[in-house]
Amino acid sequence: MPRQLPSSAHPFRLPTGGRIDRSRTLTFRFDGVAYTGHPGDTLASALLACGVRQVATSIKLGRARGVFGVGSEEPNALVRIEAPYAEAMVTATTVELCEGLVAFGLPGRGRLPDGPDPARYDAVYAHCDVLVVGAGPAGLAAALAAARTGARVVLADENGELGGSLLGRGAADDWGARARDELAGFPQTRVLRRTTVFGYYDDNYLLALERRTAHLGAAAPAHVSRERVWRIRAGRVVLATGAHERPIAFADNDRPGVMLASAARAYVHRFGVAPGRRAVVFTACDSGYPAALDLAAAGTEVAAIVDARPQAGLWAQRARDAGLPVRAGHAVTGTSGDPCLTSVAVRELRDGEPTGPVAVVDADTLLVSGGWNPTVHLFSQAGGTLRHDPARVAFVPRECRQAVEVVGSAAGAFTLAECVADGARAGARAANREATEADLGHVLAPPPDPDDIGGGAPPVPLWLVPGPDEPRTHFVDLQRDVTVADLRRATGAGLSGVEHLKRYTTAGTAHDQGRTSGVLTTGVAAHLLGVEVSALGTTTYRPPYTPVPFAALAGRDRGALHDPVRVTALHDQHLARDAVFENVGQWKRPWYYPLAGEDMAAAVARECRAAREGVAFMDASTLGKIDVQGADAGVFLDRLYTNMISTLKPGRIRYGVMCRADGMVLDDGTVLRTADDRFLVTTTTGNAAAVLDWMEEWLQTEWPQLRVHCASVTEQWATVALVGPRSRDVLSALAPQLPSSSDDFPFMAWRDTRVAGVAARVCRISFSGELAYEINVPPWYAPHVWEAIARAGAPYGITPYGTETMHVLRAEKGYPVVGQDTDGTVTPQDLGLGWAVSAKKRDFVGKRSHARADTARPDRKQLVALLPDDRHTLLPEGGQVVADAPLPAPPVPMLGHITSSYRSTALGRTFALALVRGGRERVGQRIYVPVGSVLVPVTVAEPVLYDPEGARRDG
Amino acid sequence: MLLIPCPWCGPRDEAEFTYGGQAHVPYPRDPAALTDEEWARYLFFRDNPKGPHAERWCHTISCRRWFNVVRDTATNEVLAAYRIGEAGPVIS
Ligand SMILES: [Zn+2]
Repeated sequence: MPRQLPSSAHPFRLPTGGRIDRSRTLTFRFDGVAYTGHPGDTLASALLACGVRQVATSIKLGRARGVFGVGSEEPNALVRIEAPYAEAMVTATTVELCEGLVAFGLPGRGRLPDGPDPARYDAVYAHCDVLVVGAGPAGLAAALAAARTGARVVLADENGELGGSLLGRGAADDWGARARDELAGFPQTRVLRRTTVFGYYDDNYLLALERRTAHLGAAAPAHVSRERVWRIRAGRVVLATGAHERPIAFADNDRPGVMLASAARAYVHRFGVAPGRRAVVFTACDSGYPAALDLAAAGTEVAAIVDARPQAGLWAQRARDAGLPVRAGHAVTGTSGDPCLTSVAVRELRDGEPTGPVAVVDADTLLVSGGWNPTVHLFSQAGGTLRHDPARVAFVPRECRQAVEVVGSAAGAFTLAECVADGARAGARAANREATEADLGHVLAPPPDPDDIGGGAPPVPLWLVPGPDEPRTHFVDLQRDVTVADLRRATGAGLSGVEHLKRYTTAGTAHDQGRTSGVLTTGVAAHLLGVEVSALGTTTYRPPYTPVPFAALAGRDRGALHDPVRVTALHDQHLARDAVFENVGQWKRPWYYPLAGEDMAAAVARECRAAREGVAFMDASTLGKIDVQGADAGVFLDRLYTNMISTLKPGRIRYGVMCRADGMVLDDGTVLRTADDRFLVTTTTGNAAAVLDWMEEWLQTEWPQLRVHCASVTEQWATVALVGPRSRDVLSALAPQLPSSSDDFPFMAWRDTRVAGVAARVCRISFSGELAYEINVPPWYAPHVWEAIARAGAPYGITPYGTETMHVLRAEKGYPVVGQDTDGTVTPQDLGLGWAVSAKKRDFVGKRSHARADTARPDRKQLVALLPDDRHTLLPEGGQVVADAPLPAPPVPMLGHITSSYRSTALGRTFALALVRGGRERVGQRIYVPVGSVLVPVTVAEPVLYDPEGARRDG
Repeated sequence: MLLIPCPWCGPRDEAEFTYGGQAHVPYPRDPAALTDEEWARYLFFRDNPKGPHAERWCHTISCRRWFNVVRDTATNEVLAAYRIGEAGPVIS
C-alpha cells in the first residue's frame, strides 16, 4: 500500500527531500486561484505539489494538457505571466516561483502585453579560452578540468542551480556541490546561471541569454537589467548540453498525467513533489526502471512497468525484487480520463503490433521513456554533422570544423562515470592540455551512481504503438498538435524528406523547436515510409535554441539610443525658431519654420517667397565635406569625376558628378580648389561617408601609387546658405572686405574673408538659381554668425528656411537630388547633365559604360518636368506615368515615375520632376499619372521651369 | 559572426568590416579598348564557387584598410588574409 501523502495545501508535496526552502512560503495565483509554494520551486513543481494537473489547452484541438517535462523541453505547460513582470508565453517548468506571481494557462499561444516593456535589457561581450555549455556532471567536470589549467573559462547553464541531473540526488549531488565550490575559487572562471546559450555561429561566436531578475520577482533591484545577451567568442567550446527523453506515440498520449519518466524523477528529487498517487511506467529502455523505483521509494504506487522489450534484463529483475510488477514485451495502447488520466490500457506487443486482451490499469500518472535524444542543437548550429547510432537508438555528433567537443549524454554517453570522465578529458584538452590522472583527482573521481548497476539491456527503437483506431490522438508534436495521422497524410501526399514533412505538418516548428518531437517525427515518418531512421535524418537545427525576447536582442539600442542622432552646431538656433525637423540620414535638419497659425504649405510658400524676392538663409552644415590633399589630387579627382577637375584654378569652384563603373550616378557636389595640391569636395548629406569610402577604395585597391590623402571635414565646417536678391546687401554689411561685384567675386568662386568678425570661407554657389552665398565657419562660431546674419538681414525681412523650401527652389530649377531623383539606374545624361561629362578625358570611372548599347539608347528614362493640367493638383511622389487614357488592358506599359513633386509659389502652380522613358522627346506631350482611380493629365516640360536663362544668379 | 584576421590589426569581429566582393578583378588598363562584352564581363561577372574564394574586405570601423581574404564559402572558414599587392596563397 502506498504511504499516505500529507493532505494539505500541498497534497503532492513529499514530507522530505528536494532543493526547496520549506521554511519559507511563497503565495502565487494561477488561473485566478491562490496557491502556495516554496523558494526553489518552479511554477510547474508548485502546481504539481498543489495537485493542479491541467495547466493549459492545446493550440489546434483545445485538448487539456498538463506538465510533461521539467525544463526548457516542455511542450505543454505554456503560461502567461502577468505579475510581478509580464511575459507573453513561457513554460511553467522554467518559471522560478516568486512571491506574488500571477500566471495564466495559455491555449497554445500567447498574446503580447498591451503596454511597452519598461524593463532594461543589456548586452555583454566576453572572450574566453574555454566555454562550457551545460553544468550537469559532464559540464562541471569539463569546466573544472579547464579551470585548473589556469584557462579563462565561462560555464553557462540555463537553470538557477548548477548540477543538472545530479540535483537533489544525495551523494551525487554532494559531488556536484564540491565541484561548484571549487569552480567558485577560480578568478578566471565566470559562472553564468540562468543563462541559455541559444545560438552557435561561425568561428566559435555564441550568444547566450541571461535572465537576471525574473526569479527575484518584485524584489528585483531596479538598477539591474532584466535580461542580457552575452556575445561570447570562445577559443574552444565544450558542449555538455545533456539529453532529452523521448516520448512514444500511442493513443491519447497527451492527457494531463502523462509525463516523461526523467521529469517525474526530477520532480521527486529536486522539488520534493510526487507526480501522482498511482503510476504506470511505459519504457523502451532501462530509464523507466530507476524512475519507477524512485517513485515507489517516494510513496507513489507503481501499478505496472510496461516494457516494450521482451527481454528486459537486470533492471527488470531489480524492479521485481522491489515488488514492482513488470510486463515485458508489452505496450501502452491508450489512456482514459476526463480529461486527466485515470487509467491506462496495456496489451502485449508482438512484432510491433499490439495483440491479445487489453488490460486496463488504474493510474493517475503515466511515465514514458522512449529513449534519449542527445541535445545536439548547438552542435548542429555550429555546422556539425550527426550520425545515427543504432545501438543507442540516437542521433549523435559526428564531426564539426569548429573548435568544439561534445561530451556526456549530449554525445551519447549515458552513465555518470562516462559523463564525468568524458567531460574532464575534454575540459583539459580544450585548455590545451592532456588531462593527467592527477587532474582527474578526487573531485573529478566520478560520483556514486545508483543508476549504474553494471550492465543493462539495450534500448529498442519504439516510435509508434498502433491502434486501436485512426492515429488521430497519437501525438508526435504536443505543442503543434501534430499526430501520426497528420504525418500519414503528409507521407501519403508524397512527401518523403523530414524538412518537407516538418513544413507540411508544422511538426517541430513550435516554440520548443521540436525538442521532444523532432526525433520522434523522424522515427514515425521512417516507420510510415518503410525506411531506416538513419536514412531520414533530422531536420536542421537553427538558432535560437529557446525563444529570445526581441527586447533582449535590442538591449539598449532602442528609443533615443537606437541610432545616433546628429545635430548641427546651429541646432539651438533652429529650436529657438520653432523649426519642424526631418531626418536626413542620422541628421536632424530643419524641415520648415512655421509661424504661429501656419501649416506646412503656408510656411514653405512664405520661405520660398523670401528666397526668390528678398533674402533667406538656411543651415547647410550637413553637406558632406572631404579634404583631398596630395600632389596627385587633381589626377585622382579627374579619374573619379565625370568632368575635368585638374584644370580648376585655386579660388574657383566646379560642379561635378561621380559615377560608378557601370556609369550610373553615384553622387554630385561642388569641388573647391584650395591650393595647387588641395581640394575641398562636397557631397550630398546622405552620401558623405559613402563617397569617402569610395575614394579610399580606389586609392587603396587600384591606384596605390597616387600621392593622395582624404579626410572627412564635414563637422569641421558649419555652413550657412544666404540666398536671394538681397543676399549681397546682407553679406556686405557683415563682410566689408569681401568684393561685392560679380567681376571681383564671380559665380563659382570662393574667398577667405571675415564674416561678423569671424574667419570664414565664402563660396558663390547657388542651389536655388538666385544670387547666393555659402558661408563656412568653424562650428563653434556658427551660432554667432547665424545670429549676426539674422540681425543684418532683418531690414530686408530675412527668413530662415528649411529643407522643404530648399527642395522646391532646386526643383523649380530642375536640379536633381541624388537618391531622390536617381536610384542607381540613372546616368548623368539621363539627368540632363551631359554638359558635366567630359568628352576630352581619356577615361574616368563610368566613362566606358556610357558607351554601352544600353546606356546609349535614346529611349532611356530621362528627367523631365510634369505640369498637371489642373494647377492645384499635387502629384504623388512615386506615382507611375502612363501614355494613354483610358488605361489599356493590363499589363499597362509604364513610362516611368515621379521623383519629386511640389507646390511652387514662383510658378503659381504645382509641378513635378519625373523619370520618363524618352522623356526629352516627349516635351510638350500630354501623358497621364494614375492616382487612385483617376488618370491625372499632365504635360511634359523641360526640367528647368524657373529662370531658364539663369539671369538671376548674379542678383 | 566570422573572426576576420585583418593584416593590420589582427583578428576582429566581422561586424567591423565591410565586404567588397571578389578580389583580383583589376580595373582594366584601357577600358576604351574593350568590347562591350569584355567590359560587361569586368562589370557584372563574378565567380561563385563552393569552396575557397578570394574576396576583398575593408576594416571599415578601425584601420579602414582594404585587404584580401580567402574564405571557404561552404564552411565560412577563413583560409588566408593578405594585404593589397601581396600575392594570394595557393589553395589546393
Ligand atoms: Zn584593421
